[in-house]
Amino acid sequence: MSTTTASASAARPADPKAAQPHSDELRRRNSRNRRNRRLGQWGFIAPAVAFMLLFFGYPLVRNIVMSFQDYSPSTFFNGEAPFNGLDNWRAVFEDGLFGQALWHTLVFTAGSLLGQFCIGLALAVFFSRKFPLNGVLRSLILLPWLVPMVVSGVVWRRILDQDTGVLNSFLHTIGLGDGSSPWLTSPSMALFSVIMVNIWIGIPFNMVILYGGLQEIPRELYEAASLDGASAWRTFRSITLPMLRPVITVVLVLGFMSTVKILDLILALTDGGPADATQTLGTLTYQQSFVELDFGAGAVVGNILILISAVFAVFYLRANRPEGK
Amino acid sequence: MTADSSDAAPRRRRRSAGRTVRRRLIPLSVTLTIVATAGLAGCSQERDPDVYTVLNSSTDESFHRWDAEAMARCSKKLGITIEQQSVPAAQLLTKALRMASSKSLPDVLQLDASQVPSFAAAGGLVPLEEVGVSDSGIPEGIVKFGSYDGTYYGAARSVNTLALFYNKKILDKAGVEVPTTWDELRTTAKDLTRGKQYGVALSAGGAEDGVFQFMPFMWSNGGDETDLDSPEAAEALNFWKSLIKDRSLSKSTVNWTQADVNDQFMAGNAAMMINGPWQLETLDAQKNLDYGIATIPVPEAGDDSVAPLGGAVLTASNTGDSAREKKAGRVINCLTSRSEQTDYALKSSMVPANEQAAAEWRRQVPELSSLANQVAEGRSRTAKIGDRWPTVSLALQSAFQSALTGKTSTRAALEQAQERATSGN
Repeated sequence: MSTTTASASAARPADPKAAQPHSDELRRRNSRNRRNRRLGQWGFIAPAVAFMLLFFGYPLVRNIVMSFQDYSPSTFFNGEAPFNGLDNWRAVFEDGLFGQALWHTLVFTAGSLLGQFCIGLALAVFFSRKFPLNGVLRSLILLPWLVPMVVSGVVWRRILDQDTGVLNSFLHTIGLGDGSSPWLTSPSMALFSVIMVNIWIGIPFNMVILYGGLQEIPRELYEAASLDGASAWRTFRSITLPMLRPVITVVLVLGFMSTVKILDLILALTDGGPADATQTLGTLTYQQSFVELDFGAGAVVGNILILISAVFAVFYLRANRPEGK
Repeated sequence: MTADSSDAAPRRRRRSAGRTVRRRLIPLSVTLTIVATAGLAGCSQERDPDVYTVLNSSTDESFHRWDAEAMARCSKKLGITIEQQSVPAAQLLTKALRMASSKSLPDVLQLDASQVPSFAAAGGLVPLEEVGVSDSGIPEGIVKFGSYDGTYYGAARSVNTLALFYNKKILDKAGVEVPTTWDELRTTAKDLTRGKQYGVALSAGGAEDGVFQFMPFMWSNGGDETDLDSPEAAEALNFWKSLIKDRSLSKSTVNWTQADVNDQFMAGNAAMMINGPWQLETLDAQKNLDYGIATIPVPEAGDDSVAPLGGAVLTASNTGDSAREKKAGRVINCLTSRSEQTDYALKSSMVPANEQAAAEWRRQVPELSSLANQVAEGRSRTAKIGDRWPTVSLALQSAFQSALTGKTSTRAALEQAQERATSGN
């Protein structure tokens, strides 16, 4: 949209027929016009740039600077935050918890995205067929998305309770398991359970976006495929998936960004426990900054989270680059 | 409508004339507004000479009301206006730090006592002695509770602690006595475990709740927070482990907060629990529940039951204006006066800090006297390690959760905790 209007208005004064037969006076006016227009264009960009610099650039730079400072509660009083070189970074990397948290974050993100995406895509394909109650069911599936994360966390904590949880009694009734699976109480299982809950939360988002993408695929392609005798699987692989690619990238990137920094769900479900089994980079930076009040160390972990997101964002930009350019 | 449309034509012409100017002006003014708002937000407010603010975490309706009533009485007495600001407990410290950096600290800051060292070490608090608040008539343990590095910074109105709550009906039916030693607790809990009902519930959760509950077991056994890998601490942790092994304590304990423990007790899923007096309001709301309160069992008969002191203290924040700080001291004196203490303690079921007020309280609520006993022997978590407490607490949480879930041995877990607690210092 914006590019077409801009090029259309730029084309007018550069029109050779209009510029040729006139004098210096006109040329000067032209150049003044151009300068004015340039100024006007910058004027439009300025609010966005000012906003970005103030609310994204400044905090980002501050966070990076902070990770090289001894930033403690007393800094809030005397404003002094002496630089301490790589001390914060060294302390974070030497702490065994950091490696664990990084690993948990990667497993959590990969597991959540895989589960959310596959189930979300399956549901989106399912709902793109016509059948009675389609609309009602589709809106019901949105529910997990509408419930605040902390509420879901508290409810799931009850559902997953080892002794009194609904899930264990349900599994026991239908003859699966002995009714005492330690969902959140065993260090080896807690991360898995937290991922499951996050998949449950993320399905609606994935489904809605992918469903929207599916609606955009022209019907004729499917008709052509069926005329050619393509199987359902072949149609899905050769039409649905390639046509859906831009939407898939968006879903995965947005999903990644919101999953890698996970904090509230884990705090509500396990508080990072038991025995740090569900500690992620998000909970670690929270703990360092707001429990231990070591803001420098918290900033280090925060920066690493930003770095991971940035790397992913670059991949996203490259993947989404228009073909042929 | 009609008047509007008749005017529309000339207005449109005017608009097109000023279009190029406006085209630049609008974005520019938006930019300026953004910059200006951000700049203004950094300025601090001018303080009103007759208005004093108290920042606390009384977001709970009844606590907020009790505080407001007490502040209204003190406002009248001192001829000033005391304003109450409440933020959720988890945000209090960071909120106060942010206020400090914008030089807008409240005059009186009500902190959880375990946060006093961090705030005092940063230079955020004025020693109470300097603003005319004395510690006379307050037991030594409670003075230490509000102190950092030997200086008294926080005056408590009331304190809480932990005790053993038991379901009278269940104990009577089983014909067992209230346990007083670890051995008795273990056998009683085993006896009371049947079907869906566990013998005892406690919180070994991965937050301050769990550490708070571990303290009475570690301390009564002679353990100490400066030496987490001592045999005494290991014995205390092994005692918890034995309760789980006997199946008289649910494995879910590692995921329970103290509120969850209370829910289990009220639902009849546990015959006994370790919890604090702040649950009394909820417990009393359930009419058919008949419970008793006893001191927490000790390792051997005759040992002292040492429980942690909990609760908030009133501190005078360092605003740099000594006249105001003195007045803040008077506000604290009024809010912690004997009558206010007794009033607040009776409403909140906590024990008054002042000795005489506590004696009066005991007369009025004899059924809670074991809480007063536990408070008299109570110990502050930060008395020895000051502002290192958060680090030690995190290390200890991780350790007992590792041991209780069988991830590592008790000894390895505590050794690692001690290493973590002392590294970087």
